[in-house]
Amino acid sequence: MALLEVENLQTHFRTPSGINRAVDGVSFSVNAGETLAIVGESGCGKSVTAMSILRLIPEPPGKIAGSIRLNGRDLLNASAREMRAIRGNDISMIFQEPMTSLNPVLTIGRQLTETIRQHARLGAKAATDRAMEMLQLVGIPEPGRRLAEYRHQLSGGMRQRIMIAIALACDPKVLIADEPTTALDVTIQAQILDLMRDLKARTGAAVVLITHDLGVVAEVAERVMVMYAGRKVEEAGVGDLFRSARHPYTKGLLGAVPKLGASLAGADTRLVEIPGLVPSLKNRIAGCVFADRCASVTNVCRSVAPALELKAAGHLVACHHARREVAAA
Amino acid sequence: MTQPLLEVRNLKKHFPLRTTFFGGAQGVVHAVDGVSFSIAKGETLALVGESGCGKSTVGRAILRLFDITSGEVLIEGRRIDDLTAGQLRPLRRRVQVVFQDPFSSLNPRMRVRDILAEPIRNFGLAASDAELDKKIADLIEIVRLPGDSAGRWPHEFSGGQRQRIGIARALAAAPDLIICDEAVSALDVSVKAQIVNLLQDLQRQLGLALLFISHDLAIVEHMTHRVAVMYLGRIVEMGPKQAIFATPRHPYTKALLSAVPVPDPEAPRNRTILKGDVPSPINPPPGCHFHTRCPVAMARCRIETPVLRDHEPDHSVACHLYDAPTVGSVDG
Amino acid sequence: MTITASLPAAITARDHYAAAPDLPDIHLPVRVRGGVAGFVFRQPTVALGLFILAIMLVLAVFAPWFGTLDPTALAPAKRTRPPSMDFWFGTDAFGRDVYSRVIYGARVSLVVGFAVAFFASAIGLLIGLVSGYVRAFDSTIMRAMDGLMSIPPILLAVALMALTRASVQNVILAITIAEIPRVSRLVRGVVLSLREQPYVDAAIAAGTTTPMIIKRHILPNTLAPLTVQATYICGSAMIVESILSFIGAGTPPMIPSWGNIMADGRALWQVKPYIIFFPAVFLSLTVLAVNLLGDGLRDALDPRMAKRL
Repeated sequence: MALLEVENLQTHFRTPSGINRAVDGVSFSVNAGETLAIVGESGCGKSVTAMSILRLIPEPPGKIAGSIRLNGRDLLNASAREMRAIRGNDISMIFQEPMTSLNPVLTIGRQLTETIRQHARLGAKAATDRAMEMLQLVGIPEPGRRLAEYRHQLSGGMRQRIMIAIALACDPKVLIADEPTTALDVTIQAQILDLMRDLKARTGAAVVLITHDLGVVAEVAERVMVMYAGRKVEEAGVGDLFRSARHPYTKGLLGAVPKLGASLAGADTRLVEIPGLVPSLKNRIAGCVFADRCASVTNVCRSVAPALELKAAGHLVACHHARREVAAA
Repeated sequence: MTQPLLEVRNLKKHFPLRTTFFGGAQGVVHAVDGVSFSIAKGETLALVGESGCGKSTVGRAILRLFDITSGEVLIEGRRIDDLTAGQLRPLRRRVQVVFQDPFSSLNPRMRVRDILAEPIRNFGLAASDAELDKKIADLIEIVRLPGDSAGRWPHEFSGGQRQRIGIARALAAAPDLIICDEAVSALDVSVKAQIVNLLQDLQRQLGLALLFISHDLAIVEHMTHRVAVMYLGRIVEMGPKQAIFATPRHPYTKALLSAVPVPDPEAPRNRTILKGDVPSPINPPPGCHFHTRCPVAMARCRIETPVLRDHEPDHSVACHLYDAPTVGSVDG
Repeated sequence: MTITASLPAAITARDHYAAAPDLPDIHLPVRVRGGVAGFVFRQPTVALGLFILAIMLVLAVFAPWFGTLDPTALAPAKRTRPPSMDFWFGTDAFGRDVYSRVIYGARVSLVVGFAVAFFASAIGLLIGLVSGYVRAFDSTIMRAMDGLMSIPPILLAVALMALTRASVQNVILAITIAEIPRVSRLVRGVVLSLREQPYVDAAIAAGTTTPMIIKRHILPNTLAPLTVQATYICGSAMIVESILSFIGAGTPPMIPSWGNIMADGRALWQVKPYIIFFPAVFLSLTVLAVNLLGDGLRDALDPRMAKRL
């Protein structure tokens, strides 16, 4: 049994102009100590998936169906009170914008110790010691001084380190990171990715990394799941995915990103374009969600939604035309 | 040497930090602190650097969206930074801009036709209404928007399509230079590729020069001919893209390149991870601005500001590591 | 295996290709309604506000046709009658029909509300545009507006009324002056943020002159928040008018207005509460309708604008 198992997750939003099927039948699992990256473009449902796991979706207008099991326990049946205990203790989350996720009128120390004391029964002194320890862990110099500071006194990279410290304060089993480095500069991003790799090795937490940046995926993930228009279209080990992507959308994504050093050989290369637009999630899509933009589309793609099938060892693809390389057991 | 299309000489822009009750200024942000470069006709120069390095301010200064503190901006040898608003207006046609955010860069209360007609009318580029309509139809076609776009409102378009409208508006003035201020940064991966390809095609077809301001080094390498790397308001290294990306000289350029995540899990990673953050441009460090984070900083770097000088032909570096023991001519 | 280009039907296709399991919709289907029903469904507050306001407008415009008597006709024999079939809302201390007075009173409230909203918005818009665009005038104008704003609008209106003769025009003028600072502050704020918009920078690069930038890019984008603000001003102006009339500093006593009717019923309110009750209900309903309209407009035009108002 995997640590976190998500099965047939559906998160739909009821809007005046129709039902928005933001996530529509997504299944995946994460093991302890593993990093799963969820990749896709804006509107593909990757962030909604993350919010659904923590049940942070406002209901209504949202509604979640399917099952989300942490250590076998279904989070969708947990009460609001039980969920509060799970958030932070068992699963914690890092957001994209560290500026807005810290309270501006409380000191860093207060926010950190409060989180620690909410989840672990520690005295004030012990909580402060633990907070110092956490700041040291995330590589913040002079932790004693930083504890007394407010968020506006910290740089963007520093704030994201604090957010990671708060997220890790209670030794969560699962850490969900939603675009943790997107708002940061590239040299700071390198620091934070380095830190995340290092911390995962030390704490053994499972990490669900949500990102649109394939470079970040290649840096830190072990397994990758590609989402498009609310569905999962491909999942594979990171090496496998980058070497031999099978879904036309994944191939398109990989071709659309220039690689540093690739154009120095002299040949003028052209980036791969994926023509057209993402379909509206308010209309039910009968066939494959990618059919309208796919170069190798056939009639069957428009009428039958492809099942997610094992096309090679550890490589799931939802495409009628992806070749199978191993006989299904 | 032929005259460059655009030349920027020792450009400085300091912003007052805070105005007091009586209108005086307290503190100064050294956004751009002495930047010089030139762009030839049909050439792409990329201005790269991290947020707060002043790259966008350079673009806005060339557009004269504010008055510069000192320095000169020349178009084909003619100074434009000291012209009055009225004298400058006809010359504005030659330099246009595409902004980062496809949503706030279009007036939500103007139809696409009116957005595109604005520069054409202002610069008197169409003699009649029929010619105007023809020009607008051509622009819509050249940026590959749907044929019926002219009568529609910006909110009817996706982010990528809006960016095409922004590009069409820039092209409407028939410019010689387009400043792309993070023009593809806010777009999704697949849309980004479409816009990058479009910009490259347009440059080839129309012989445009581009000033490509970006923090995305992989896109820059893909797009550009030459690169200028900025750090805290100064250019630290400048040269053709081969030189910058294959044989970077400045320690900051090296660190910046090594920090870019490569979308290939099997690529070798030998990374220089810089410590700390970019210092504040309000009180930039003395000497070389980079010395606080530089892995190879020397005592001299804390005192003496390195000058940007040619290291190889066309490849200039501002770093004491590359100062020749016997100082030759500074202006090569 | 190659796929033939024309697979006949989905049924056959299902035999050949693995299909994803069909997942049900977890919400009840949304019926997207058009027309009036759709509007009422999507914007119930705006619809309700418009409905009440429309009734008030019809009553005011066609007051003589709604079974009213002359609202100023005195009938000492029929003083202080309670509501009955003859006098729906009863009669006041002079025997005047309260129903007729309330219906005619809608005219004053609506005229004052709409006129103040219009003039305060127009003048406030002008001041706000100048202040937001011409740096040289900005601090002077804004300090003057701050000064005006430091006086409560009602006190300011009372003071202004004290300087002039009681008339509906002067009431409108006094309330307008009291409301202008709020509008000009709002417009200035909007103008300052619009000036920073990339599309304004693009227009400058495209050679557009400053007057054209204001006309084409700034002005149209201030109208949405201004319209919302105007509805709030309209509601507030109706209340201020009633207060002024109630304390005898507003609409002349011979013109029936809701404030005047309540003022007339003040002395008798413990024994004859209906004289005050009916105009008060009409006033509250109308102001509520205007504010509902404003809230709905604000949400419909731009949710982010909600924070600025």
